[in-house]
Amino acid sequence: MLLIPCPHCGPRDETEFKYGGQAGIAYPADPDALTDAEWLDYLFLRDNPKGPWRERWVHAAGCRRWFDVTRDTLTNEFGDIGR
Amino acid sequence: MTGSRLPDGGTGIDRGQRRTFDFEGTVVSGFAGDTVASALLANGIDVVGRSIYHDRPRGIFSAGPEEPNALVQVRWAGGISEPMLPATTIPIEDGLQVRSLAGRGRLELPESGTDTGRLDALYAHCEVLVIGAGASGRRAASNARTAAGSASISMTALGIYDHGYVTAVERRPTPTTEGRLWHIRAGRIVIATGATERPIVFADDDRPGVMLAGAAATYVERYGIRPGERAVIFTNNDTTDAVTATLRGAGTDIVAIVDARRGDLVVGTTGDDAGRLTGVRIARADYRARSTAHGRPDAGADGDDLERIEADLLLVSGGWNPNVALWAHARGTLRFDERIAAFVPDRAGPHGRIEVVGAAAGEVEGLGDIGPTWVVPPPGPATDDAWATHYVDLGRDSTVQDLQRALGAGLESIEHVKRYTTIGTGIDQGRTSGVVTSAIAAAILGQDVGAIGVPTFRPPTVPVSFAQLAARNRGALADPIRVTHSHPWHEANGAVFEDVGQWKRPHHFPQAGESVDDAVLRECRAARTSVAMMDATTLGKIDLQGPDVGVFLDRVYTNTFSSLKVGSCRYGLMCRADGMVFDDGVTSRLADDRFHMTTTTGNAAAVLDHLEEWLQTEWPDLRVHATSVTEQWATVAVVGPRSRDVVAGLAPSLDVSNAAFPFMTWRDAVIAGTLGRAFRISFSGELAYELNVPTWHGLALWEAVLAAGATFGITPYGTQAMHVLRAEKGYPIIGQETDGTVTPQDLGMAWAVSTKKDFIGRRSHRRLDAQRPDRKQLVGLLPTDPRIVLPEGTQLVAPDADLTVTPVPMLGHVTSSYDSAALGRSFALALVKGGRERIGQTVLAPLVDRVVEAVIADSVLFDPENRRRDGEPQP
Repeated sequence: MLLIPCPHCGPRDETEFKYGGQAGIAYPADPDALTDAEWLDYLFLRDNPKGPWRERWVHAAGCRRWFDVTRDTLTNEFGDIGR
Repeated sequence: MTGSRLPDGGTGIDRGQRRTFDFEGTVVSGFAGDTVASALLANGIDVVGRSIYHDRPRGIFSAGPEEPNALVQVRWAGGISEPMLPATTIPIEDGLQVRSLAGRGRLELPESGTDTGRLDALYAHCEVLVIGAGASGRRAASNARTAAGSASISMTALGIYDHGYVTAVERRPTPTTEGRLWHIRAGRIVIATGATERPIVFADDDRPGVMLAGAAATYVERYGIRPGERAVIFTNNDTTDAVTATLRGAGTDIVAIVDARRGDLVVGTTGDDAGRLTGVRIARADYRARSTAHGRPDAGADGDDLERIEADLLLVSGGWNPNVALWAHARGTLRFDERIAAFVPDRAGPHGRIEVVGAAAGEVEGLGDIGPTWVVPPPGPATDDAWATHYVDLGRDSTVQDLQRALGAGLESIEHVKRYTTIGTGIDQGRTSGVVTSAIAAAILGQDVGAIGVPTFRPPTVPVSFAQLAARNRGALADPIRVTHSHPWHEANGAVFEDVGQWKRPHHFPQAGESVDDAVLRECRAARTSVAMMDATTLGKIDLQGPDVGVFLDRVYTNTFSSLKVGSCRYGLMCRADGMVFDDGVTSRLADDRFHMTTTTGNAAAVLDHLEEWLQTEWPDLRVHATSVTEQWATVAVVGPRSRDVVAGLAPSLDVSNAAFPFMTWRDAVIAGTLGRAFRISFSGELAYELNVPTWHGLALWEAVLAAGATFGITPYGTQAMHVLRAEKGYPIIGQETDGTVTPQDLGMAWAVSTKKDFIGRRSHRRLDAQRPDRKQLVGLLPTDPRIVLPEGTQLVAPDADLTVTPVPMLGHVTSSYDSAALGRSFALALVKGGRERIGQTVLAPLVDRVVEAVIADSVLFDPENRRRDGEPQP
């Protein structure tokens, strides 16, 4: 069970959180400008790196705030925390 | 093996406290502190069970959790049964019943019928966690003492997970099942779990009487038992020196010490009719030339040079494996250490948080110069089954022959070998067989043991019951149960409940002697002809406040809400970004900056999460607050042509006329004496109201509605009638008509999808796939025989489909299906490819025992002109 550093509440057990997948996938400013393939890319295609990456969590059973954090997918060690 | 209790000694037992238990119908006597295994040994009982596949007699092989042989089923005095435990770990108690196992236990309820085991879970945090109570562990704990103090608790670590998370089980030795699962978060972990002795593999190495050497010493020292009278010791290291001395001190005659380092080997055993050890066959030095440590174990001696020594005990030591499972759980890596011929933690691992000390780190005391010896070839000429009794994993009945077969089949990864042979999958987790297996595989493949490695270690380290893992979260506490304020009335009036998410909802209210179908037909008829009432409290309700709620709702719903007038309500559809329908409900404008959203019962939490996610991560500029108020309001739906009369009686100050309180509006009102809200919305097509009052008054409102409707014969109804009434009108239920692959257009609800604004999911509706004409569309379905109610989920095929050639192309499936009082016949809703183009066509519904014909119809089968929503239409 991960110990996740909530930027608002401090370190808490993973069971208090929900996962939000890769961070930094913004809703396109003009969805109509995208081809079907580009829209599919936005909806479904995500990176899957071995090593550090940026991901989203929501402290669902705590402050209910979303935040971004860096986690090494190999070691599960957390790095920079965003808000 | 003729074990017996010594006249004195035994550091782990209390000779002042006698205990008796039942083993296979025999009363066995021992002392407090004995395990089942030690008590059996003390009483000369050496055959504990039979092996899982080969039905061979098996005895006690070890004195701890590494036991692969003596597996038993127990029933504690308190009545709880546990199906498969090593006899070497079970403390004896008066009243304990123990039965032999042939490898597999049975789950049995106590005679009382309920499991009364007291199983808890608790959570703890510490700066340093030391796992292991041996000398190294005690030393580490002593060094780690902190200002906050320390505690020593007797439990067994099950696994190490991320970020210093450790689970451990604590069992209280009482006549019942008592256990606590500890969830520990440790800043630092010291693993001091010691090492486990491993055997050497030879022919007929599984007889009762063959035992790990260290275990024999444990039985002497801890339990005051002489495990046998004439013992042969087979070893390749110095740890057996102390064992020899201990056994001699206990009066055991050590008749031979067969030291593999001198080239002497035990090649097999002999037994009596019951399979018990009676003798050991020994090959002296020159035999060794044909079975070097890493040589191919395929050359056999002819057997002429063997010596046979009578013995009732054969003590084996093939070396010691550091207990590295917990280290490996935390993804610590291992390396093969030639110095001790075993896998040890690789200190180059990335785990600053975890330290391994003592024997677990490879510092095995008294080992001396080990001569790696893994397996002794069979004596005599090579035959097909020459290796068939060289047991590697006693618990799984797996032999060298099985290993040869696996490797011969091309399985070279030790993970594949494990799965093919099942070696290491028993409850001992391969403690005695794992490294031996790798070494034999390495020898056969001509590789180094270190290159072969060992299979992945996974929690739990010792068997733990699912009940223990669940702890208190069993039975009624497995999941929260949510009930409405009116629930006591429903119970008292015979409601049959169904679970909707965590809610208990009345499914129907049967009257005396009434079937489900009759009750539902009666409830539906009341709603269509007079008046009926339903507890709708469980609907999700979300209070939305802030100046930007209107804009927000325009983005969240497929249709427009910013233009909704205060006092009005609107039905809304919600999609996810992939364009598939996610939820629906009626949302009302309470004020310019305040809306009251309703969601489906089962989806309320998911909708709130969805709103929060978009608000926080995409549109933090929007000034909107979303708060769940589901439990703040009790809701009663009053449905049917006489509902206006009922509501008029309940809320005398409310003008209920159609002009003053029209369809799709809401009003503040004093309802049954309480300030609440009345909504004129309908999920049945009938004139209907949903009355909301603060939850505190929920039951009072329910009873007031009953009283006010009494003169009209008001009829309480449940979820089944609700489903029928809405289906007659073609209203979909999200999660029943939809399954995450259905768009609003598929449901025939393009009318609820704005073309003038962007909303979540809109771009997906423009995808080519979303516009295929052969997408499954929601339609009505009328079985040709009006008495047939098709099972929900029934597949539909074309009328000319050849049912003998599979797979039969599917046209779609039935999503909802009922008998209808209003239609006087059965009907269904279905998702059918290009369904709207097929209205009027016949399809086939192949059931298990017959094929039913049905005609596709419009999804709205009752009152398609919506003439009933303001009350009984005037002719």
